[in-house]
Amino acid sequence: MKTVYLDNNATTRTAPEVVEAMLPFFSDLYGNPSSMHFFGGQVAHYVKQAREQVAALIGAHPEEVVFTSCGTESDNAAIMGTLYSYPEKKHIVISRVEHPAVLNTAHQLQARGYKVTELGVNREGQLDLDELRAVLSDDTALVSIMSANNETGVLFPIDEIAAIASERGIPFHTDAVQSIGKIPMDLRKTPIDMLSLSGHKLHAPKGVGALYIRKGTRFAPFVVGGHQEAGRRGGTENVPYIVGLGRATQFAMDHLKEENTRVKALRDRLEEALLKSIPNTMVNGDVKNRLPNTCSLSFEYIEGESILMLLSDAGICASSGSACTSGSLQPSHVLRAMGVPFTAAHGSVRFSLSVYNTDEDIDHVIATLPPIIQRLRDISPFWKDYVEGKPMSSFLTGGDVEHHVHG
Amino acid sequence: MWDYSDKVKDHFLNPRNVGEVEDPDGVGEVGSLACGDALRLTFTLDEEGRIKDIKFKTFGCASAIASSSALTEIVKGMTLEEAEKVDNQVLAEFLGGLPEEKMHCSVMGKEALEAAIANYRGEEAVKEEYEIVCKCFGVTDKEIERVAKENRLTTVEQVTDFTKAGGGCQACHPKIEAILKELWGSKPAAPAEKRLPKGKKLSNLQKIRLIEETLEREILPPIRSDGGDLELIDVEGSKVMVALRGTCSFCPQSNFTLKHFVEAKLREFVSPEIEVEEVKS
Repeated sequence: MKTVYLDNNATTRTAPEVVEAMLPFFSDLYGNPSSMHFFGGQVAHYVKQAREQVAALIGAHPEEVVFTSCGTESDNAAIMGTLYSYPEKKHIVISRVEHPAVLNTAHQLQARGYKVTELGVNREGQLDLDELRAVLSDDTALVSIMSANNETGVLFPIDEIAAIASERGIPFHTDAVQSIGKIPMDLRKTPIDMLSLSGHKLHAPKGVGALYIRKGTRFAPFVVGGHQEAGRRGGTENVPYIVGLGRATQFAMDHLKEENTRVKALRDRLEEALLKSIPNTMVNGDVKNRLPNTCSLSFEYIEGESILMLLSDAGICASSGSACTSGSLQPSHVLRAMGVPFTAAHGSVRFSLSVYNTDEDIDHVIATLPPIIQRLRDISPFWKDYVEGKPMSSFLTGGDVEHHVHG
Repeated sequence: MWDYSDKVKDHFLNPRNVGEVEDPDGVGEVGSLACGDALRLTFTLDEEGRIKDIKFKTFGCASAIASSSALTEIVKGMTLEEAEKVDNQVLAEFLGGLPEEKMHCSVMGKEALEAAIANYRGEEAVKEEYEIVCKCFGVTDKEIERVAKENRLTTVEQVTDFTKAGGGCQACHPKIEAILKELWGSKPAAPAEKRLPKGKKLSNLQKIRLIEETLEREILPPIRSDGGDLELIDVEGSKVMVALRGTCSFCPQSNFTLKHFVEAKLREFVSPEIEVEEVKS
């Protein structure tokens, strides 16, 4: 059975070019780039090159790039490193739909006495920038808002947000893990102070990321140790993976246009075809401001895990914001923050594409998914009632506790 | 990915007895859209009072659909008295086991069967006196007690896995603990006075640190998952002053939460003398 991989917001295939570039650093070139001898020095040259490659993708100066172990570490370092530098300030601003790497860090800080403002989103998943303006104060140490949402692909107007923070002299960090490599980023043209990115979302392997810190931004190291990364992140450089990340950013630059034309067209074709062939289906998120590769759909009256299992049985890999897939009992915090109704929140499926996807992949999903949805709706107790226009009984809505007691 | 048994996969991919029987003798419905799973069970009886035909319709994950399918297979041909004795463990075993977090799927099957039998007998699906313990998922004390007893559950986490109770806002965790304590007679957590060295008083600094730790670990996560928040303002002796934030600040039940949840937790983990007071700021 052919694997159709449409879960690229979860992780991507490591590009063969990237693997190739990494291999020498597992064998001959094993030196420590900090060493004084020629053997380490030759390795330092490749780390420098990787730093230049990463900087080139985001329009930064190489010295502004710090290598980390993953996107989560970059997010943690940006937040904690800023708070360490502003010990007198006790307020941070995030959005309610941040990745757990930011959201849970903020929650932990809240428990330690920090004030955290979580900006809400509307039904389309967009922020109200006036609300942001209103909550900023002299006590605000940091604003951290993601560039693109991992579940819906919704893009936030980060240039505008950066300008608002900058006007108030407040540092701004963006978790750009989902957007870097998918849409252009030029840090020379926007006052973003810090930016997190992750290797495995852009065809590098898992276990490497980077944090951009603009020159002049106050920052104290989060991982404390040696003098590596100009004193901003301790720990011997993970050379093979850093070289891999460098090569992957090169790969991303080479494919950025394709991502925004061919891949986007594939996504649009998939979405249009599914919306047309499957009734009671809705797109989650602002379709006008969205990553070119992501499509989050909700199929009413059925549950996401069942859909994923049947897709998986047909070789198709996707993900869901349903409660059952995560082990928690409530659907995704992103869909809940957007106010997606319960009839749809449990039945959400996310398809996220990459440059490795083909027309055949999309054809396969377009042919396979509609009968899967119908099959599950035929099993669902809600669908027949809905089709026959029967009023939703108390059993169905579940809004009123007294009517669906387990007893 | 969940580690489902081959039998679960088989019953999910090829579910038996899907649908609704015509002119059913009994109908049972449990769950809801909001909860993420729901099941409607219908059956007819033959002249001997045995289940002749039984069908299900389920909204839910793979294990919910598989559990429903398995249930219909197990009870077909049984008398209602026999069917009543089928508990969720029989169902889980029939399926070659279910992941812990998915045990509530087997419990839902059992509940639907009970509701359908009750419906046939003309009884109200919900009988006897009960109290809704988990308001998020509508689970009663009777249900928690019964499932905990049948499956020998001893922790709140297990109760959540089996019944969903406590899986939402978590405000009912103390009540679930109390039910478990009543059932097994054991103490869910050692009270504060037992864990502290005898006769040794906490210094102010130690007390504040302990309060902060308890807030972070035990109290704030469930409150925050509901959009609320709470800030520690000051500590004077055993009086702990807090301010309510977020959705808590205008929630009519916040007083109840303060006394029965925040204070109870602080008494358990810091000192039995703690009193919580709300300050507006």
